[in-house]
Order: sequence, then structure tokens, then C-alpha cells
Amino acid sequence: MEQFAPVKRSGDNQPVRYLIVDDSVFARKNLAKMVESFGGQVVGEAGDGVTAITEYDRLTPDIVLMDITMPQMEGIEAAEKIVGQHPGARIVMVSSVGYQENIVAALQRGARHFVQKPVKPEVLYEIIKYVMRDDQATPQTAGAGAGA
Amino acid sequence: MELIQPFLNSADAVLAQGLESSVAIENLTMDEEAYRRKGIAAEVCLTGDIEGRIIFDAGEKTAACFASHLAGAELASTDDLVREAVCELANQVIGNAVTVLNDQGFHFRVHPPTIHTSEQGAKSSEDTEAVVLCFSTERGKVYMNVALRYHHCSLEHAAAGR
Repeated sequence: MEQFAPVKRSGDNQPVRYLIVDDSVFARKNLAKMVESFGGQVVGEAGDGVTAITEYDRLTPDIVLMDITMPQMEGIEAAEKIVGQHPGARIVMVSSVGYQENIVAALQRGARHFVQKPVKPEVLYEIIKYVMRDDQATPQTAGAGAGA
Repeated sequence: MELIQPFLNSADAVLAQGLESSVAIENLTMDEEAYRRKGIAAEVCLTGDIEGRIIFDAGEKTAACFASHLAGAELASTDDLVREAVCELANQVIGNAVTVLNDQGFHFRVHPPTIHTSEQGAKSSEDTEAVVLCFSTERGKVYMNVALRYHHCSLEHAAAGR
């Protein structure tokens, strides 16, 4: 997999901590591999919206990658509940269903961004950098960014 | 056919990207007999303006080859991850097609994919188009059995939205 300049937290220079939420084990593994190539650390995984909420409370990750279509509770509702409890939560929706109405609903309920599956690593990398900008995260190695 | 075209386009794009392979539509047939599963199959149900289900199917060796490529590691066809990979590919192909149809004014709900274990699927009926699409990739063939029908109460609404 392509190598990217690590995106780290500006405060303590530690890896960005991720919670990955998707009902597909395969999708979770692929996303985990991707964020690890960005220098990130996967601190937790969840297969549905209900578990995502409890895992967020327990782990307070820097970023949540959240699928939409899931059993028990869908991703948009889970995102709304997490942001309701944690207004600073950074949630990026990752779904194969990317119609306008869905994207607008996700953003209105607190998601920071939306990326459509199949996910291109270079696209997700740029979104992660954008979403972490309020943490003033910067790549640690110049010249080795997306597409490098 | 207007319902089928987005699935053709989506399968072409998603399979080409995910499998890093050229993709050719080998065959498109109306399914007059009940569909027979080829190997490892995922089923996705749609509800809304258009209702029905789609079976995404690949032979066991082909499915293992797809999953191994996507996972970046050799997987046996008996590995649960192969089933997961077929479900995820189905989710991506169907999700992308549904995105196009929703933006055209139809409104759907897509349900999470499940492993389709039955040997047979639905065939065409008066109000249900059951079409079998066969895609040829460098890593093997993929079959999609698309059985959809208009939800009559929603047709005017969908047409008005376009």
C-alpha cells in the first residue's frame, strides 16, 4: 500500500487514534490498513451504531470512520448521538450510498465529512488532514504526502 | 432497462477499481428460470420507490481470488473473510447504483448485505424484472441477478422528482 506522511496530533505528537465502525469485518480491516498507512492507530472497532456510541464513550478517539447502512442503529443516527454527547467529535461518514440527501443529512447531524466507497486512500488521507486541521495536525515528513 | 443501467455502470466502475482489472459485460439475459447460485453469493434488499433484491455471485475460486487481492493476502475460499469480501463488493456496487437512482428522484432504503445460501433465486414475473448480468474480469466472472419492481404508489412521486 502507498506510503503517506504520518498525520499526528499536534498537542502531543502522538498518532491519531481511530474508531472504525462498519458492519463488514472486511471493510473494517481495509480501513484499518489504510489509516495505519497514514501513521494512525486503530483503538477500537464496532459493527453497529449502538456499539459505536459505547465505544466512543470508552475510548474518545480523535476520529470516527462511520458506515451508514448497519444493523440495529444506522450510522447517521449514531453520529448524531455521539456529537450530541461530545460536540467536538470528529466523525467521517464512509458509505457506498452517497446520494445528496444522505450526505446532507449526515452533515446536518454533526458529521464532519463524507467519503464514498470504494475508498481511495489518497482521498481519505486528504480528508483526515482536513478534519484534523483544528488540531493543527501536520504531516511529519515533507514531500511524502498523498500521491507521493 | 432504466433500472438496470446504473447497476451495469456501477459494477463496471467498482470492479475495475477494486480488482484493478479490465471489466467486460459478457452477458445480459432475462431470467426466465429461477436463478441458480454459482458459488459465494451476497443478497441485498431494497425497499422504497423500487423494491426487490439483488444477488451478487461469484464462483468459490473467483471469490477467493477477489478477496485475496482486496485483502492483500492469500485467502482460502473457506475463509470467512471471503464471504465478507463478496458482501462488501456487493454493498459497494449496489450502493453506488442506488446513489445514482436516488439522485434521479427515486427513493430507496438499502438493507445490509447478507450471505445468500439458497440454491435458487427469483425469476421474472409480470411486475418484476429479473435480469442476470455477467461481468468478465481478469480474476474471474461475477454474476448479478437483479430482480426489481416499481412500487406503484411511489411512481408519481419519483417522476415528479426527476
